[in-house]
Order: sequence, then C-alpha cells, then structure tokens
Amino acid sequence: MRELFHEIASNLRNNKLRTALTGFAVSWGIFLLICLLGAGNGLMNSFMGNVSDFISQNITVEGWRTSKPYAGYQEGRVIDLDETDVTWTEGQRWSHAVGNVARQTGSTGVTFSLDGNTVAGQISGVLPEYQEQNKIKMYAGRFLNPDDLKERRKVVVLSLAQAKELSPKDPKALVGKWVGAGTVSFRVVGIYHTDESDMYRTCPVPYTTYKGIYDTSNKIGSITFTVDGPETKEEYEAFEKEYGSALRLRHDVAPDDRRGIWIGNGYTDNMEMNDAQRIIRTFLWILGLLTLVSGIVGVSNIMLIAVKERTHEFGIRKAIGASPAEILKLIIAESVTITAIFGYIGMFLGMIACQIMDKTVGQRTVDIGMDIGNIRMLVNPTVGLDVALEATILLIVAGTIAGAVPAWKAARVKPIEALRAE
Amino acid sequence: MLIELKDINKTYDNGQPLHVLKGIDLSIERGEFVSIMGASGSGKSTLLNILGILDNYDTGEYWLDGKLIKDLSEKQAADYRNRMIGFVFQSFNLISFKTAVENVELPLYYQGIPRKKRHEMAMEYLEKLGLTDWASHFPNEMSGGQMQRVAIARALITRPQLILADEPTGALDSKTSVEVMQLLKRLNQEENITIIVVTHESGVANETDKIIHIKDGIIGEIEENKAHTAWDGTMMK
Ligand SMILES: Nc1ncnc2c1ncn2[C@@H]1O[C@H](COP(=O)(O)OP(=O)(O)OP(=O)(O)O)[C@@H](O)[C@H]1O
Ligand SMILES: [Mg+2]
Repeated sequence: MRELFHEIASNLRNNKLRTALTGFAVSWGIFLLICLLGAGNGLMNSFMGNVSDFISQNITVEGWRTSKPYAGYQEGRVIDLDETDVTWTEGQRWSHAVGNVARQTGSTGVTFSLDGNTVAGQISGVLPEYQEQNKIKMYAGRFLNPDDLKERRKVVVLSLAQAKELSPKDPKALVGKWVGAGTVSFRVVGIYHTDESDMYRTCPVPYTTYKGIYDTSNKIGSITFTVDGPETKEEYEAFEKEYGSALRLRHDVAPDDRRGIWIGNGYTDNMEMNDAQRIIRTFLWILGLLTLVSGIVGVSNIMLIAVKERTHEFGIRKAIGASPAEILKLIIAESVTITAIFGYIGMFLGMIACQIMDKTVGQRTVDIGMDIGNIRMLVNPTVGLDVALEATILLIVAGTIAGAVPAWKAARVKPIEALRAE
Repeated sequence: MLIELKDINKTYDNGQPLHVLKGIDLSIERGEFVSIMGASGSGKSTLLNILGILDNYDTGEYWLDGKLIKDLSEKQAADYRNRMIGFVFQSFNLISFKTAVENVELPLYYQGIPRKKRHEMAMEYLEKLGLTDWASHFPNEMSGGQMQRVAIARALITRPQLILADEPTGALDSKTSVEVMQLLKRLNQEENITIIVVTHESGVANETDKIIHIKDGIIGEIEENKAHTAWDGTMMK
C-alpha cells in the first residue's frame, strides 16, 4: 500500500498539468454543486420563513356588514359576534374540525404618550394564545399571561416601532413603564418585533381589561380557531360552508352572505403554500441531481481521456511485469487521490462562496408590495458540512466508479496493443 | 533448451485475414546469442512478441524453460515477463515522466521489492552501464544511446534468462549501434543471458553467434556465425 502511494505521488508530481486539469474539473464540479445547494437552501429558507411569518393556520371569524337583505332585515346591518358564538363554536357540533378557539375584542384607537412623545395604536383585548396564533416574536419583556387576565391588569404589549417612537433612545427601557392612553394608563410588559413591515399596529391588552374599560357588553371582535381534522382543501371547504351558514343563520344573515359574517382562512392558503414548497423542493432536487450527474460525467470523462492518453505507458508497464490488477489499482488509486484532494478543495471553496453569497445577496431585501413589506430573497444560503461532505463523497465515489470503466478496459488491453498505441 | 517453438501459426484478422507466421519450428539453447533477419513484413516482430508473451499465437506450441506458454492468464503472463524476460525496444519505451533510475526500478516495483532496495539495485545497474550521472535525468534529457542503455539496465535488473531486442539499434547512429551491440555481447558472454535480436542490418546481425533468416512466415536458413564473418561490410568498424 505504501509502495502504491509512493508510486502515485510520483506519478502525480511528475504529471503536473494532467493532475491540475483533472483536479480542476473535479473541484469545479463540486464547487458548482455546493453553490447550487446553498442557493437552493437559501431560497427554500426564505420561502419557508416568509410564509410562516405571514401565513397563519388559523380561521378568523368577524362580524361585518350584511350585503343582502335577509329574514326581514335590510342590507347594511352591522353584525356583532358575541360570547355565545364562542361557546357555540367550541361546542360538540364542530368538534370534528375545530381545535383551539380564542377570541379577541374589537379595537379602539388610542394615542400612547410618554414624556412628551406620542404614538398611535389600536388597543385590542386578547387571550395569551394570541401570541402563538399570530406568531408574535418578543423583542423585550413578555407577552400577556393568564394572571394579567384574571386580575384585569392594565398592561399592554407594544410593537417595536411604537416603542421607538415613545422611547427613541432606548426602546427596551420602556418595559415596566406606565404610558398614557387617553384617559387611562397602561404598564408596558413587553415589546414585540415588527420585522420591518409595520403590519402590527395592534396593541394587545388583556381581554378582561379591555372589556372592563372600553366595552362592557358581551360583544367580541373576532373568533380565531385552529383547524384540526379536515385534511384536504375539499374537506375544509365543506366544513367552512356548513359552519359559516349555520353561524350566519344564528344572526339572521343570509347563509351565503360572506360580507355579513366574514371567515378568513389562513388554512387553505397554508395548504397551497405546502404544495408550492413541495414543488420548489422537487425542483431543487432535480437541479441538484442534474448538477451531480454533470459533475460525474465531467469527472469520468476526464478519467477516460487520462486513461486513453496513458495507454502506451500501461503497455510499457505490462511488458515489464504489471498485471491487469496492478494497472487497475494504479488508475483507481490515482483517480481517488485526485478527486479526494481536489474535491475537498472544491467543497471548501464552495462553502466559502456560500458564505459570501450569504453576506451579499443574502442580506438584500426585496419589496414585494402588499402589506407584507420587505422580505429577504435568500435566507442563510449555506450548506451544512454534513450535506457538503455527502455530496463530495458521492461525487468521488461516482466519479471513481465511472472512471473504473475505462480503467478496466485499459487494464485488459493486450500488452502488444497498448505498446502499439501512441 | 530454453526456447522450443513447434509449428507456430499466427494470423492477423483486421477485416481481411493475414497469415503472418506459417508454421515456425525453432529451438534456442540457453546462453545463445542469436539474431533474426528478414524482409520488412516477414513477421520478425510478430515472432518476437510471441516469444515475449506480449502477444498470443493461434496454433502450435511454445515452450519456455520447460513450460508450455499457452492460454496463460494475463496475470501469469505478466509474472513470466517480469521474472524471465527483459525487453529492449527500438523506441526505448521508457516512461517519459520518470527519471532514468525510476524507470530502471519499475520491474522491481512489480515484484514487491521495497523502495530503498529497488533504488540501490537500480543505481548499481546504471553504474554498470556508465549512467550514474544520468540517474535523475528524464528520458528527454538523454541521447538515444543513453536511453537505450537505460532500457537495457531496466531489462537486466530482474536478472532475466532471456533478453528480447526488437531493432535495438534502429534509432541509433552507427557508432552508438556498435556500443549497444558490444554491450549485449558482453552480457551474453559474462552473464550467460540468452539474447535474441531482431534486425535487418547485416552489420548488427554479424555480431551475433547465429543468424536466423525468416521469409514469408517460415524459418529459412539458419547461419552459424561464431566467427562473425557473415558480413564483411564496413559499417561496424
Ligand atoms: N496488429 C496487426 N494487425 C494486422 N496486421 C499486422 C499487425 N501487426 C503486424 N501486422 C502485419 O503482419 C505482417 C508482419 O508484421 P511484423 O511487424 O511482424 O513484420 P516485421 O518483420 O517486424 O517487419 P519490419 O521489419 O517492418 O518491422 C505485416 O504485413 C504487418 O502489416
Ligand atoms: Mg518489426
């Protein structure tokens, strides 16, 4: 084995050009593969991240204004949902499809003030589940907790954008402070991230506190629940139709009056996103496989040429006593050595390129309009070391196997024919 | 008897069959120094390649050192070539990216001899042929005569019983040709190695002890030439 190693080392050293060309092809193949995997990952991460940030899996039900007359009422009537609708939704009838049910009060516009700074906000009474359902990430402090509700505490959670207005120097310092809101004051218990977009102007306060101050009726602003049961879009739509009609009838609204009682659905959106994700993932896989295949073809092609070029040399070796197995061993060991060394270099450079991609394109944001705001095109476009190593090893193994075919042929050429080759 | 050929036939078939060796019967004793002569295309190289187990024959029998050389596996053939036969080619056939000493070492590599030992032995043989100073030179830095001497050193290093040389002087000028032939003659006399030289130069053949003429694929006249008088030309001065 050591003798073979020395033989290979001397062969590679004395054939610098051939070694460099073969090595370059291998490095380049693996480099491209890693870059592609990285970019694909970045795209995927960005897509998944953005989707999960903006699409929730919840169903939201709100009372709006009727758009058609029904049951003796004129159109244009304002519909208010109330506590009984929550209980009704939680009831036995819908348990096959409805998961957790939460409610939210309507909202009241206020102006928060602190030490002469002011900022507008929409106060709304919510339950602690609101954080989970709306995927709210805390910047400082905490979200509302059950004790806040039980004790009807006058506490509020502000958005980071609002906190910056009220406490420009140090938004964090706002946590624990009391801020004015018209005739009442609230203590800030937490600040949540607004993620560049300013979509959350809502300032959550405990549901019970809101009810005590702004709206003592049993009316509610919206019901939010998770869906637990329907698997397909069709199943879900059948459920929504049945549930919506029944709820509208409770309020003497036409069963098909979607504006009277509105049902917002992040659930099927989410299913569609899942489909889109699957398509992107499949696409990236195919792209990756194609790159891999072209890498293998490139590597084995180089091997083929290298072997062809060396036929005469193999003839000499055979004439002086090399068996076919020795020739095969030599070619394969040489190709493994080359692909391993240069494959590693290619992998290393590819990972550096991914880092550069992350630091440049990965930081750029694109305004995609709507009220979603800016999103990053590539999020963390890198490849894990494990995947990179796997891809590299796969390429080395595949390249070697592909190179073994010409090697096998070279090993079997009769010595006299090999000697005749030039 | 080192070599015994019985009714050897060889036909090349590249589209159109060409019967090159048409029943060769030939015996060569251990320690002989013979040459094979014949017109171009008469089958000299073909015969030598069969003797060197580089190529196979169609029918007949080839006995080398008492062993029938027929239907050998490539591995066996490689082993016989390595241990019993040394080759000297017209175009030297040195590996261009290896230095002189590395080329000479190579047959020992295939015998599994350790590197250090190999190197020592190769240096010893290069010294014998007066090439010590050229040991670390690559073939393209050497003259034809030097390259052929390196090739001879490589052929000798496994201490073979038989050296086969196909036009060993074909690419050399007359002065170097003489030197190479003197070298082969000395090896034959001092080490008792059997040497077969293919040539179409009468002057070269005249240096050998026996001249075998081949014509149209069969053995013609066999000339005893112990006195080296087969040729009275002026080339080999
Ligand atoms: N591999 C081959 N395939 C087909 N024909 C061949 C092959 N090798 C040699 N021949 C033919 O066989 C005949 C004998 O060739 P060989 O090389 O043995 O001749 P030679 O006596 O060595 O000639 P020269 O003096 O020119 O070297 C020639 O006609 C040649 O064309
Ligand atoms: Mg010839």
